[in-house]
Amino acid sequence: MNRYKITAFGITKELLGGREANIEIKGDTVGALRTALNEKFPQLLDLRSLLIAVNNDYADEDVRLTPADEIALIPPVSGG
Amino acid sequence: MIKITEKSIDVQKIIDTVSSLSAGALNVFVGTVRNNANGKNVLWLEYEAYETMAVAQIRKIMDDASHRWPLLGWAVSHRIGTLKPGEVSVVVAVSTPHRKDSFEACQYIIDSVKAAAPIWKKEVFEDGEEWVSARPEMMKA
Repeated sequence: MNRYKITAFGITKELLGGREANIEIKGDTVGALRTALNEKFPQLLDLRSLLIAVNNDYADEDVRLTPADEIALIPPVSGG
Repeated sequence: MIKITEKSIDVQKIIDTVSSLSAGALNVFVGTVRNNANGKNVLWLEYEAYETMAVAQIRKIMDDASHRWPLLGWAVSHRIGTLKPGEVSVVVAVSTPHRKDSFEACQYIIDSVKAAAPIWKKEVFEDGEEWVSARPEMMKA
């Protein structure tokens, strides 16, 4: 199992119950992380969209994760 | 200049930063807090940013814009924290030799910042609050 620290922004901070969460998953990709997040926090599926950022950039599902990566949940943005 | 700030934005200061003697045009977009949303009174907005990523994404947008238009000066400043109706939430300013480029660049930059920068706002009403655009049922045509 791989353990990752996630930082949650906007509405995801409220859905996860805090700014940070730790999650253990079998795989090591963004896609595997997303599947695990949706299982643990099914309320995330109600969002219009959810992107995952790795080291300050939007990441595709096949991006590989390491424990040192900065991983963030990016719900629909609404700046401006 | 890219700035994410909790302090109120001084538009004139930004204009001064961007101005250039070789510019024939200086274009500024000022985003302000509206006092209503979906027919309800907005008391205030709570803005939040993932700051390091917001700066990184805006830098990408500006690299792109700098390749497309002859920018002589530019600045993007976004406010975070609690903002009341009428307050300035975002400013984009560019200067270019001629006006057409300044209009196009300014619009491209603010549109891209709104689409890609990890910044969020929550509207606070008399009877509740909601994160803007977060859920499908709250989207309005």
